[in-house]
Amino acid sequence: MSILGTRVVRTEDPRLLTVGGVYVDDLAIPELDGAVRATFIRSPVAHAAITGIDADAARRLPGVVAVLTAADIAEAMRPDKPMAEPLLAIDRVRYVGEPVALVLTDGTCQGEDAAELVAVEYEPLAPVVTVADALLAKTLLFPAAGTNIAGTGTAGRADPDRFGGCEVVVERTIVNQRVAPVPLEVRATAARWSDGRLTVWASTQNAQLARDTIARRLGLDKSAVRVIAPDVGGGFGAKVGIDRDALTVAWAAYHTRGSVRWAETRSENLSGMVHGRGQRQTIRIGGHRDGRVIAYQLSIVQDCGAYPRSGAFLASLTQLMASGVYDIPGCGADYQAVVTTTTPIAAYRGAGRPEATAAIERAMDLFAGQIGMDPVEVRRRNLVPAQAFPYRTATGAVYDTGDYASALATVLAGAGYEDLRAEQARRRERGDVVCVGIGVSCYVEITAADAASGETARLAIDGDGSATVYTGSSAHGQGHATAWAMLVQDELGIPMERVTVIHGDTDAIPEAVGTYGSRSLQLGGAAVHKAASQVRDKARQIAAQLIEASEADLELDRDHGFWQVRGDPTTALTWAQVAAGAGEDGLEADVRFTAPQPTFPFGAHLAVVEVDTETGKARLVRHVTVDDAGVIVNPVLAEGQRHGGIAQGAAQALLEEVRFDADGNPQTATLADYAAVTAPDLPSFELLDSVTPTTVNPLGVKGIGEAGTIGAMPAVQSAVIDAVAHLGVTHIDMPATPQHVWAAINEARAAR
Amino acid sequence: MNVTITVNGTPITADVADRTLLVQFLREAGGLTATNVGCDTTSCGACTVLLDGESVKSCTVLAAQVDGSAVTTLEGLASPDGQMHPVQRAFHAEHALQCGFCTPGMVMAAVSLLAENPDPTQDEVRAGLEGNLCRGTGYHHIVRAVLAAARAGREPA
Repeated sequence: MSILGTRVVRTEDPRLLTVGGVYVDDLAIPELDGAVRATFIRSPVAHAAITGIDADAARRLPGVVAVLTAADIAEAMRPDKPMAEPLLAIDRVRYVGEPVALVLTDGTCQGEDAAELVAVEYEPLAPVVTVADALLAKTLLFPAAGTNIAGTGTAGRADPDRFGGCEVVVERTIVNQRVAPVPLEVRATAARWSDGRLTVWASTQNAQLARDTIARRLGLDKSAVRVIAPDVGGGFGAKVGIDRDALTVAWAAYHTRGSVRWAETRSENLSGMVHGRGQRQTIRIGGHRDGRVIAYQLSIVQDCGAYPRSGAFLASLTQLMASGVYDIPGCGADYQAVVTTTTPIAAYRGAGRPEATAAIERAMDLFAGQIGMDPVEVRRRNLVPAQAFPYRTATGAVYDTGDYASALATVLAGAGYEDLRAEQARRRERGDVVCVGIGVSCYVEITAADAASGETARLAIDGDGSATVYTGSSAHGQGHATAWAMLVQDELGIPMERVTVIHGDTDAIPEAVGTYGSRSLQLGGAAVHKAASQVRDKARQIAAQLIEASEADLELDRDHGFWQVRGDPTTALTWAQVAAGAGEDGLEADVRFTAPQPTFPFGAHLAVVEVDTETGKARLVRHVTVDDAGVIVNPVLAEGQRHGGIAQGAAQALLEEVRFDADGNPQTATLADYAAVTAPDLPSFELLDSVTPTTVNPLGVKGIGEAGTIGAMPAVQSAVIDAVAHLGVTHIDMPATPQHVWAAINEARAAR
Repeated sequence: MNVTITVNGTPITADVADRTLLVQFLREAGGLTATNVGCDTTSCGACTVLLDGESVKSCTVLAAQVDGSAVTTLEGLASPDGQMHPVQRAFHAEHALQCGFCTPGMVMAAVSLLAENPDPTQDEVRAGLEGNLCRGTGYHHIVRAVLAAARAGREPA
């Protein structure tokens, strides 16, 4: 029986549970003996010209090895495009937390003391805190660019007259607020220049991408840079590649020809690491009173923060996924991506797709409210039908496989939708202070959006018959070591405890893409599967020679890991024997798997929320989901991904928001101020099964890492609004904090 | 100043700066790096250890304050023969960890919680872990693991 699809607990865990992982700041290796500690001096203001830096006093402090500023950085490493990002700020700072100088010290604590002594003179400039300010363009972050707009795009229908035939049109501007990724391990980097080579230990999701960026920015040959990702304490998209601060630490090691290590504080993390989301969305939806939606326009203003990074790309994904699970021929979308004097925005769990789902789901609810129809019924009447796949959307996506109506029906039945509505009605009739709200979201998202880049895997059978997998994919909690070993066992019959999985070292794995966009299993896992298949084909040839039988007569007994003439155990050869027969070349395969197109996981979520109408406090009491990601290799891992995703989506809906004051000062730069979701904020989740395989990879799998977030956020937001809809509330921007909910209730009451 | 703390049964003495935190003492003087630092406001709980049997956040305790005390970290939880503690076993069986960064603190907080309340409800587990953040699991499997460990603790060995 195949091990695939069975509940296998993780092989990674015993080490993590007994001695703990080895994250960058835990590294106690000879290469880093004597490394100096790096401490950043960061901008305390959102927008200012730098008129002087005096580091003399800091340099005189005992233990200070160097104070580095932009003046130490070679001209060639400076940005050459108008909105490009320097390593250390050159003549202007554009967000609180921007790196201005770097202190290198002998001990851990001296850095903070020395940083206090570095005097930076700032001449304040007007802050640009909101996207509205950015669009006004009274102040430009990059005067040479002549604009605050970093990118624009349009997709789908653009003609305004498609709304002309609609009986009902609803328009609203909503906010998909800025949130912080908050990996529990903050950013950390160690770097060592030795013998003409730079080795960088980084907390990254993509060692190879990090290597390429370091080589390019420092003007080094790729072969002169090695990046190692040790254990990584969570990424959620925020650790894609290598960011500016980590790059600066790598540069410092190169510049000083020494060893440097750095681990930031959480406060630095919350103002210096990228944030996610940050869209102002204007939704316009039109259709008929029978529930049929015929036109939809999503207009996005994406906040990029101070430097464009991937802001415009996120908005382009939102645009691509604008119509969600619905068949809306008259769908169009457009975006403007703007810079503001705030922390840069980049990928965070979902990266552009939760924003699309939140918008269309909110639009569906508003439309349903306007025509007085159950929001579930409106959804049902507009879903892309199961027989329509592959389905091309108006904005250009080609959905591979799906059955959206089935997902919705399953979640409604599993949650007991009719009973929930009855309970809601009873409480309303009784005039209960605590109201119940039901929110339903249907979603489809894009995973492995860069399917053509693929992923690499090398699989080698060792002399003792064990296997080593070198995967280009990079794990930071997902359980690759377990899942990849299962794939090898399934294909080769080598028991998974005899399969070693290696990742995150550019010397061992020179070519790879790494982890983002829920691509790991469908590309990295499929690559492992492909490598295993090739090894099996080679092994068959070798075994045939050794046994002196025809290849066609051989079989691999996958239960025991033997090659033999079919039905004849007396001819059995072990993997060790076959590997020995491979000669000097060894028995291995080195592959890159690419898929013809991305995959589109889908599902439906139902959230039940209780809202105390006197305090505005909303509490998530049930969360029921269908998350169909195709074939499941290991249900334990898939459930873990769904749980974490749901929590982060619910957190954005209810609690989390990065805030700045009018001057651009962060108001949420500690975990005492940023409301990261905790255990008592959440219920246990109710997960329902659904499997619709994809046809674009041999495993039939889609991505599962981000789906939970994408489905949960709109369902929970909708549930909160639904709880108080009878009081006249039609919308509450996220997060649905007591303040927001209470204000919405009171505004609605006042308007009546 | 000179500080001696018994960590996982072994006395560790070190001459440390006055401002040295317990977590720094454990990581630097003790070389025990399972205990992690995830914040600077006593919010995340990644640094949770047992101090004379009770859970504390070791980022908010000075090493000098606990001179002469006994501390247990994740590394000291398994029995000497390597058998994992029931909470460790339950975390493994229930997939209560992903990246592992919050895990040392989460496990120690759970051990402390069950010492105080051997038969908690789900809500009590959730409330008891409020001071420990996990960004990966959504807490679902952590809560299940703590409840499973509680059950295992009540059953005769």
